[in-house]
Amino acid sequence: MISQLAVQGAQMLSVLLLAPLLIGFVRKVKARLVRRQGPSLIQPYRDLVRLMRKEVVLADNASWLFRVTPYLIFAATWVAAALVPTFATGLEFSWTADLIVIVALLGSARFFQALAGMDVGTSFGGLGASREVMIASLAEPAMLLIVFSLALLAGATQLSTVAAFMGSPEVGLRVSLGMSLIALVMVAIAENARIPVDNPATHLELTMVHEAMILEYSGRHLAMIELATFLKLLLYMSLIACVFLPWGLDGASAGPKALAIGAAAYLCKLAVLAILLAVFETAVAKMRVFRVPDFLGAALMLALLGTLLLFVSRSL
Amino acid sequence: MNSTVALLLCGPAALLATAVMAAGASRLAAATRLVYGATLAISAVLLATAASHLAGNPGEASATLPLGLPWTGARFRLDGLSAFFLVVVNLGGTITSLYGLGYGRHESQPHRVLPFYPAFLAGMNLVVLANDAFSFLLSWEFMSLASWALVMAHHRDEANRRAGYIYLVMASFGTMALLLAFGLLAGPAGTYAFDAMRTAHPDRFAAGAVLVLMLLGAGSKAGLVPLHAWLPLAHPAAPSHVSALMSGIMTKVAIYGFIRVVFDLLGEPAWWLGVAVLLIGGVTAVLGILHALMEKDLKRLLAYSTIENIGVIFASLGLALAFKANGMPSAAALAFTAALFHVLNHSFFKSLLFFGAGAVLSATGERDMEKLGGLIHRLPVTSFVFLIGCVSISALPPFNGFASEWLVFQAILRSPELPQWGLKVIVPAVGGMLALSAALAAACFVKAFGITFLGRARSAAVERAHEVDRWSLAAMVVLAAFCLLAGILPGLVIDSLSTVTLPLVGERMPVQMAQPWLSIVPIAESRSSYNGLLVFAFITISASLAAFFIHRFASHALRRGIAWGCGFPDAVPAAQYTAVSFAQPIRRVFGGFAFRSRETVDMPAPGALEPARLKVEMHDVAWEIFYQPITGAIDFATERLNHLQFLTIRRYLTLVFLYLVILLLVLALWP
Repeated sequence: MISQLAVQGAQMLSVLLLAPLLIGFVRKVKARLVRRQGPSLIQPYRDLVRLMRKEVVLADNASWLFRVTPYLIFAATWVAAALVPTFATGLEFSWTADLIVIVALLGSARFFQALAGMDVGTSFGGLGASREVMIASLAEPAMLLIVFSLALLAGATQLSTVAAFMGSPEVGLRVSLGMSLIALVMVAIAENARIPVDNPATHLELTMVHEAMILEYSGRHLAMIELATFLKLLLYMSLIACVFLPWGLDGASAGPKALAIGAAAYLCKLAVLAILLAVFETAVAKMRVFRVPDFLGAALMLALLGTLLLFVSRSL
Repeated sequence: MNSTVALLLCGPAALLATAVMAAGASRLAAATRLVYGATLAISAVLLATAASHLAGNPGEASATLPLGLPWTGARFRLDGLSAFFLVVVNLGGTITSLYGLGYGRHESQPHRVLPFYPAFLAGMNLVVLANDAFSFLLSWEFMSLASWALVMAHHRDEANRRAGYIYLVMASFGTMALLLAFGLLAGPAGTYAFDAMRTAHPDRFAAGAVLVLMLLGAGSKAGLVPLHAWLPLAHPAAPSHVSALMSGIMTKVAIYGFIRVVFDLLGEPAWWLGVAVLLIGGVTAVLGILHALMEKDLKRLLAYSTIENIGVIFASLGLALAFKANGMPSAAALAFTAALFHVLNHSFFKSLLFFGAGAVLSATGERDMEKLGGLIHRLPVTSFVFLIGCVSISALPPFNGFASEWLVFQAILRSPELPQWGLKVIVPAVGGMLALSAALAAACFVKAFGITFLGRARSAAVERAHEVDRWSLAAMVVLAAFCLLAGILPGLVIDSLSTVTLPLVGERMPVQMAQPWLSIVPIAESRSSYNGLLVFAFITISASLAAFFIHRFASHALRRGIAWGCGFPDAVPAAQYTAVSFAQPIRRVFGGFAFRSRETVDMPAPGALEPARLKVEMHDVAWEIFYQPITGAIDFATERLNHLQFLTIRRYLTLVFLYLVILLLVLALWP
């Protein structure tokens, strides 16, 4: 019991501490790809500390909701990130939430973020919020259809069971799994506001979505929201790693050696995924906002096709 | 006669007495308080009786009153299903009466509301208790007419008169469909009693026809697409607490009628009946919420969102039918429980949201969201509870809407075990539709809350707004607490539904309250589980931890300043995002097929001084495809038949003679 709790606690802390490093790594790789030196790996930590030390400038019209939202967003994202298996499956509290709940927790965070964007009463906030909910209204069903096809294969929505199933030899190569993977990557890109859906580095009014919603945030509030954004990227990478690259994952009660292997494997997977993300982002250009529905519609159709193909392949 | 049933029948009688009393005394100053006080007390007693029946003894009890048709009497019966729906009706009735104690005082014409309100409650109670076709239809009509009178309470408004007219036409149509359905169920022997219908099994053709007629009859009252046209007109036209009753409770009584006939009286269903219900449910959910997103009238938005939730419930019921037809009772119990859980949840949050809309209406006099904004500063408590309602209806954890939608998804995930190919393919597709509608619902309620309560005030009425009275606030706070409680203790609700599901689908869900940490485990823990309580606790703890950490180590400095406006000073509140502009991206994505929408920009020539105009054209497709041809045909026919009114007596005699000859011919030639 105690050791189980310790593993769960280690997971909660490690996602929190790793998330800024992951972002720093992605930024570093992106900079190196265009032959820049790039900021140091620990720059995101420095940014967070600096933001926390700064004063908060609150718009005149901001209500209590605006001030509470950063903590809610952070909490919902952190809880969701802590429930995705990273270096071990079957954590003490992993049965609290299955994959659908994790998706919905991120939905809660987004709901409040969009509301906070509208609280101050500027056009930017409304613009960001309305575009964000448009993107989410396509990304969430796509994500749920991906969950469906995984659940149909593994017979469960519980992530630990899914990961164990994907690690077992009975999976094999399947077309629908490939489709699910592509769809999941597309959803993850949209959800994390990465290129080509949104550009996390932009402050150009016409193109920004995520940044427009949080434009009025500053100081410690902004730090919480930034940390939540970092956590979300880590969450999606952990999710892809745990479902599609389940090597090295073992039960939480497997003993320190297995856990160490799991942790090392997890770090390698994160590094690989981060490099892939950086290469992808460097290679493609951002698309117009109204091309995003086509992009996500493709993800939705891929996920649905993956689900339907499962039935076809099963009956053959 | 069983004492519980007798007590439950005394309730509607007392409500009817209150209605008669209210008709006489409605112009007294104290009438509002008296009537709502009386309905509050009666509904509370009925609620307690029904709840204790549901919790304690799952048996059945019936009674026959010497009323109604001669020699048959009016039969009433209480079983698990009616006890559950009595709980829903009377919980709604109790809290709405509590709200009415405060809200009713703003009513300009109380004599048009007070007599019909108790009658409406009585009608809904009697529908749920009825045990023969005659008393069912009579109570159903009574419920429809009482609610029609409430819709017409403010009849001086042209739009309300039109809403009332369309409602009346659709209600008559629905009752006709129900009458035909009961006619088919009664068979040639003409047995009115439900007990007799239950033992007689209609053949496959008749069963299909009954299901279609129930979809028309109960579906038109519940608001299934394309029979929903009256709902977004009529529900918002009534006073807000009655809107809450109509949207939150009366649609559930319609669902009760559907369940009673299709799951109880019809016997074993065929699997393709489930497909029809599933598909209609999925389409209803998506179209309902898309319409809601396009609305800028707060109450109409809520009415359209009711259509979405009805779609979710019907999809889940269709799934239960499909599982039941294939002899998978445990999966059927899961889908059926999910549907009933959503019935309860929707009655909570939809009432809460309509109460909130009523509070906004009484504080500002506005229903148009484009004239509201910034109410979070003026109505702190109302805005907080309205926010809880929005989170719950958007199916976000840890609130109740998520718990029931999660169960629906778990039921959908059991579809691979179904033997039919059609179902295997359709069920995940419907699952995708439900996921889409859930995501759109979140978008819709970000808009509803964001435009109404956040931002800056868009009209002077908002600046003068004050928090509403304590009765209304109490009703809303109670409902918000229910939303949270049902969300964090879903096992409690699921277990109390076991007495309802067991007789109707032949199985119940596994006992949930015995699970460690009160999680819910519909099938097996390795498969899926959800723990609302722990999710709530984890979010609370981590948010508090973060807040504690920030307050301990981070800077406390805070400065108020003007919002960033790209260097332009102080934009006017009208420059904020509006309800229409918020929905614009979604309209561009979905509007093409859902509304055949088109945008045209009218750009003046360079140098011209007139403003540029953006025109948005949207069509209500269901109205144009289904209703306009019918009304057109009726117009055409009446136009032609009108000539028959102005004939000479010779021609009339000739017509009568010809008609007689034709009749005799038919009789002679009939084999």
